[in-house]
Amino acid sequence: MAYSTKVIDHYENPRNVGSMPKDDPNVGTGLVGAPECGDVMKLQVKVNPETGVIDDAKFKTFGCGSAIASSSLATEWLKGRTVDQAMAIKNTDIVAELSLPPVKIHCSVLAEDAIKAAIADYKKKQSATSASAAKEVQPTA
Amino acid sequence: MDYHATTPVDPRVVEAMLPYFTTRFGNAASRNHPFGWEAEEAVEKARKQVADLIGANPKEIVITSGATESDNLAIKGVAEMYREKGNHIITAVTEHKAIIDTCKRLEKDGYRVTYLAVRKDGRISLDELKAAISDQTILITIMAANNEIGVIQPIAEIGAIAKEKGILFHTDAVQMVGKLPFNVNDLKVDMASISAHKMYGPKGVGALYVRRRNPRVLLSPIIDGGGHERGMRSGTLNVPGIVGFGKAAEICRQDMATESERLRKLRDYLNEKLHNQLDELYINGSMEHRLPHNLNISFAYVEGESLLMGINDVAVSSGSACTSASLEPSYVLKALGAGDDLAHSSIRFGLGRWSTKEEVDYVADKLTAVVTKLRDMSPLYELAREGVDLSTMVWQTEGH
Repeated sequence: MAYSTKVIDHYENPRNVGSMPKDDPNVGTGLVGAPECGDVMKLQVKVNPETGVIDDAKFKTFGCGSAIASSSLATEWLKGRTVDQAMAIKNTDIVAELSLPPVKIHCSVLAEDAIKAAIADYKKKQSATSASAAKEVQPTA
Repeated sequence: MDYHATTPVDPRVVEAMLPYFTTRFGNAASRNHPFGWEAEEAVEKARKQVADLIGANPKEIVITSGATESDNLAIKGVAEMYREKGNHIITAVTEHKAIIDTCKRLEKDGYRVTYLAVRKDGRISLDELKAAISDQTILITIMAANNEIGVIQPIAEIGAIAKEKGILFHTDAVQMVGKLPFNVNDLKVDMASISAHKMYGPKGVGALYVRRRNPRVLLSPIIDGGGHERGMRSGTLNVPGIVGFGKAAEICRQDMATESERLRKLRDYLNEKLHNQLDELYINGSMEHRLPHNLNISFAYVEGESLLMGINDVAVSSGSACTSASLEPSYVLKALGAGDDLAHSSIRFGLGRWSTKEEVDYVADKLTAVVTKLRDMSPLYELAREGVDLSTMVWQTEGH
């Protein structure tokens, strides 16, 4: 178990651990993995609907050191990016940044899945709110 | 705190071994000069020390390179020798890989193997054992105490069943011999595997006890050569290692009662302290039928490898997939039916001769801090606190 210093740093000082309200329309939540596989990641993004920029990102992870480091790094990268830029983050970028060994590549894949799931959740909420907003507007029009 | 993996060599053992590397370097099989005689005498003394520890006759001790070889010799040796009599072997799912993989090999050669399940407490059911026996059964091999969860199997009862049916009974007794009383006659064991390095002796030496009377067990050798060890295991004897093995056995026999009592108290103290400081801990396997120096606990909602990272100055091991070469969680813990998630969260503690209360305090406090920190960042802990039933949740497991 020879981890890179970056993995150890993220494990010892994880960035952005925490939770944001799930029902906030500007918050997207991704929950991926399964307890019996030994990894579960919850990743949340808070997006400014005006600009499409991710203002805040939080994570909670059940998993090994590289799973924790991958999700911690993901939250660092997400902040300040637009939703579209966030979708462009690849698991291979995480592997390279953390120097993950081959047996731990699935941790980076899970982090990419978590990002995509969080953004998808945000987009779903946005379309739902805009649709219901449109409905509310109609009768008075 | 990983004394189940291996133990340091006791300084008294090292001292006994040293002359046999230098001045007393003879080959125990050299019959014509004093160097050989001296080595042979040392080996025979050690053989008696090992035999005395398990209530055997020295002639029933076959020296091997360790317990893996002993297990192979017992199973393959019986399988080949008694092939005419039958082709069925009974073992259990929680056995050491040295047993499981040897049985798997025999299955490829046309033998039939029954792998008994274990109950939640880690023990086999004697009724299931009886039901598995057929007229083709030639061997029952069930471990004395498990290497992960320390659970002790009902060896005497299994021995009685085997004797009644006229079936040979082998036990991998590596974790138990030297730690608790183990007598081959009381337990009606026909073969037993033991290892020096699990009882404060050197690595690379072990033994197979092979009964000579009632019944006389015959084994086909798996290593052919000069006919050493009554033809059952050829190869020049590792004299210094064997001397160390004997000395280690003697020390264990003398100190066993006090040592096991001390470790039991220390283990119970560790268990109590962890339970006082943390909630949602699950003990894997029976506490009643357990080695006094073993504890195996799952720290729910925390993954084992990340837990080990947080206590990296402490040697313990985990059943988590991430800590194993196979990337599979512990098959022993899975066999208890606890669920893979708890297997991923498990830590095995093995106390030993030099474990102290200070060490136990240190480990318990450090673990408490790390578990608390990891639970704060665990989505499972958060969901459980919100009242979500994790077992009924649908997880996205695609590709993992």
